[in-house]
Amino acid sequence: MSELKKIATREGFGEEIAALGHENPDILVVDVDIGKSCKTGKFRAELPEQYINVGIAEQNGAGVAAGLATCGKIPFVVTYAVFGSLRMAEMIRQEVCYPDLNVKLACSHGGVTPANDGASHQCIEDMGVLRTFPNMTVIMPADYNAAKKLVREAANTYGPMYLRFTRDAVAQVYGPDEQFTIGKAKQLRDGKDVSIIANGDTVILAIEAAETLAAKGISARVLDMHTIKPLDVEAVAACVNDTGRIITVEDHNILNGLGSAVCEVVAEMGKGIVKRVGIQDQFGQSAPYERLLAMNGITVENIVSIAETL
Amino acid sequence: MKDISIKELENTATRMRMKVVDMIYKAQSGHPGGSLSAADFMTACYFYDMNVDPANPRWPDRDRMVLSKGHVCPIQYACLATRGFFPEEELDTLRKEGSKLQGHPSMNKCPGIDISTGSLGQGLACGVGMALAGKLDKKDYRVYVVVGDGEAQEGEIWEAANTAHKYALDNLVVFVDVNGLQLDGTTDQVMPNGDLGEKFKAFGFDVTYLDGHDMAAIVKALDDCRASRNGRPKALIAKTVKGKGVSYMEDQVGWHGVAPNKEQYEQAMAELRAQLKA
Repeated sequence: MSELKKIATREGFGEEIAALGHENPDILVVDVDIGKSCKTGKFRAELPEQYINVGIAEQNGAGVAAGLATCGKIPFVVTYAVFGSLRMAEMIRQEVCYPDLNVKLACSHGGVTPANDGASHQCIEDMGVLRTFPNMTVIMPADYNAAKKLVREAANTYGPMYLRFTRDAVAQVYGPDEQFTIGKAKQLRDGKDVSIIANGDTVILAIEAAETLAAKGISARVLDMHTIKPLDVEAVAACVNDTGRIITVEDHNILNGLGSAVCEVVAEMGKGIVKRVGIQDQFGQSAPYERLLAMNGITVENIVSIAETL
Repeated sequence: MKDISIKELENTATRMRMKVVDMIYKAQSGHPGGSLSAADFMTACYFYDMNVDPANPRWPDRDRMVLSKGHVCPIQYACLATRGFFPEEELDTLRKEGSKLQGHPSMNKCPGIDISTGSLGQGLACGVGMALAGKLDKKDYRVYVVVGDGEAQEGEIWEAANTAHKYALDNLVVFVDVNGLQLDGTTDQVMPNGDLGEKFKAFGFDVTYLDGHDMAAIVKALDDCRASRNGRPKALIAKTVKGKGVSYMEDQVGWHGVAPNKEQYEQAMAELRAQLKA
């Protein structure tokens, strides 16, 4: 399916949040003046009564959402990953996670996908920061269709949730009828020699690496770990038991993201080995998206090379 | 509103102050100064103005209270217990393991707390969200937010003030407890606030200045706020005395977050008892 047109996952969010808003009048969008970029335009145009824009005031946006949620609303606070996870971080901790309120944080511009914007807008820390907040669920869909389905799952499941989308267009992995469950990994390919666990925009790299490895006689399992918290521990344990070797791939700092979460499980099992592919704990720069990934070794070739030597 | 005399409200405020001192003494931990400065306003809200139901603390049509300066929760706990939200004996559990009465208020532990607070500057935005939900749902409830003058140094307060104005939240009342002191010194020393009333006016609020210990003035201000449906949020700029009612605590920076010893406790209780009007 990777021959299909590439499309940013923020587009999937924009489509689905508008559909959800029509179905449930308690679903609100709280924008902070980057709604156009985060694709809330359709919601805003079609559902003005459910649309709030608090201006360039992220901290306040999180607090307003918390107050709305105490009154039974389901607010989606919409911004960029770097602002939603860091500028709002303490408000999310104090006023959303601690009171366990039904606020959804929907953020575009995850990882290095705002490639041309440079390091200030690329966000490599968000999933790590937010997965350490009790009560928070942390999700990154792999493509447009996964984004739509996981946004719907999030809207229909109580609790604080972080949803991370891409600014730039990414390959399509799933058909429109694919089903997703929060906290359950999707196995895209089975294998017995090595497991490649990826999420978000790197899932396509994992699939392509597995195809290359197959041609070389190496059988790779591929998991889309769209939810890094709660992590699908059973799926990780099965990778350890069945393949022994795991490569994690993420468009996020190798510290405290998917790779770290997987390592926590594997270390406590006392067997298995993990190699982490991801952002090498360094800030990015304005550059093409694929170049930024390559600067960090987030490439099909590197995944294949690691698999061959693991 | 409720049929209660000013004198009875004043005596209730004194009794709430006694509970505050008693709780903090028994816990040997807590914030007496700001709890006492906010006591008269909190008493007027809970015993005169607010529509709440102790048997149904999450009644959707209730008026809401957001204690943005969450460290002064002993005064709110005293009011809630006396109104019957939980047994008064539980006031003795303040800050103890397993208690409803956390050091800063938790909405999922203590009935009657409408939102958890404790990190300064965050409550007004939450109150704005509640007031906005009331407007969206065409409900008639009111939202009260208690903000400290030191706390007004937080930028998020002013982001939230902008939003209250934009959405014409005349169901929102911000009580600014201007006791002039904060942890490290006077507000003038630490970070001068200037005229907070003028600031709220500039943000589009209807502003009333009052003596935060004049019960008749507080009651009138609450009545005026409730009667006004002009599309403008309300700010009550209340000049108060930190530690009000206990002579050695009044206007003393040192009584921000310290518990009295036995001798100080007995003196405080005797002084407060003497303030009850026959």
